[in-house]
Amino acid sequence: MARRYDSKTTIFSPEGRLYQVEYAMEAIGHAGTCLGILANDGIVLAAERRNTNKLLDDVFLSDKIYKIDEDMACCVAGITSDANVLTNELRAIAQRHTLQFGEPIPCEQLVMRLCDIKQAYTQYGGKRPFGVSILYMGWDTRHGYQLYQSDPSGNYSGWKATCIGNSSAAAVSILKQEYKVSETDLHQALLLALKVMSKTLDMTKLNAEKLELATLVRNDNKTEINVISVEEVKELIKEHEQKEAEAEAAKQDKQSGSGKSSDK
Amino acid sequence: MVQKSDDDKMLALSKNLVMAVSGEAGDTTQFAEYIAKNIQLYKMRNGYELPPAAAVHFTRHTLATHLRSREPYFVNLLMGGVDPDTNKTELFYMDYLAASIPVKYYAFGYGGMFTLSVMDKEYTPDMNEKEAYELLKKCVAEIKRRFIINLPKFRVRIISKEGIKDMPHIVGEGEAA
Repeated sequence: MARRYDSKTTIFSPEGRLYQVEYAMEAIGHAGTCLGILANDGIVLAAERRNTNKLLDDVFLSDKIYKIDEDMACCVAGITSDANVLTNELRAIAQRHTLQFGEPIPCEQLVMRLCDIKQAYTQYGGKRPFGVSILYMGWDTRHGYQLYQSDPSGNYSGWKATCIGNSSAAAVSILKQEYKVSETDLHQALLLALKVMSKTLDMTKLNAEKLELATLVRNDNKTEINVISVEEVKELIKEHEQKEAEAEAAKQDKQSGSGKSSDK
Repeated sequence: MVQKSDDDKMLALSKNLVMAVSGEAGDTTQFAEYIAKNIQLYKMRNGYELPPAAAVHFTRHTLATHLRSREPYFVNLLMGGVDPDTNKTELFYMDYLAASIPVKYYAFGYGGMFTLSVMDKEYTPDMNEKEAYELLKKCVAEIKRRFIINLPKFRVRIISKEGIKDMPHIVGEGEAA
């Protein structure tokens, strides 16, 4: 019976649901994980890279993190071809704003504009919605560093730290425990990103080839968006693993210590 | 003869931004209102105001797109404002060809022919409100003395961080032309 309402995005099911939109959200649940963390002095985006065939030629610098304009970048989870259409649109929206007002588009306005388009595809024309969730990192004069997330239904929200894609719920709950509000600097945020990634990706050991990291910082009144090189990611992973080992050692020390005290 | 003595050529675009328009009679009102409403719409949509420089850019862009259309606006204007975030005072010149530059002072119309030289001579960048008002009085006196058309009254407004304040009208003194 539900099939009758499956084929059209624009039709409610008798239970008041939009199946195509829900399926799109479901599709993103299987996509590569994307993670965003806001720090005091910058923002971090991390993405899981899935296509790591050694025969694959490098076409772009990164395949999941896109620069939108001078002050913004985003990372996508979902159908890559849909994402390409949306990032093109994002860049056009940003440039149209600059043409009209002579200043870079404020972050929330850009997210809002794109979500208007995403929403339209859940209402008009019998097309399918975009199977893409996006994490945006940006800086503007009004609200400083910002992190936003948007989904196929056209909803968006601002975050201090969040995650989309595969096992995002688990990642968000780790972030909730580990993220220290307004006490995190960029380096800590990078390490936290690795920690969350190592716990949510089903890999025994973090692999620099399978991770994409990007940062956004302000230096001398200019925004710098950096995609971190594989070598640097390796360094960070090393530091992360060292810290984890130390924490583990400290934990065992404490356990054996408490064991002794109970002996007395 | 003066047809209307209390016409207001200025329009408040926001709390800290004013536009003074001269040019073709209908065009001035139509264009100024269009810009003003769009700037107010921006504020409603986003919850904050457009900074003066961005508002000027928007105005110039609008004027420029209309210029090469079938119905160009014939308006010359000055936009003055204070950016509430940076506290920077700004004044912009814009003519009907959509040329826009930041200026320290300017005057449009026939009156400008007589008053620009007065301002060239007397203007200093460190003037305060009172000194600027006195300079305007000198300009009006010059118009009364040399201009063949009688322009009896001038409206003066001060735009500051706190908002827009009306000053007493300046009435030309001295002997008429």
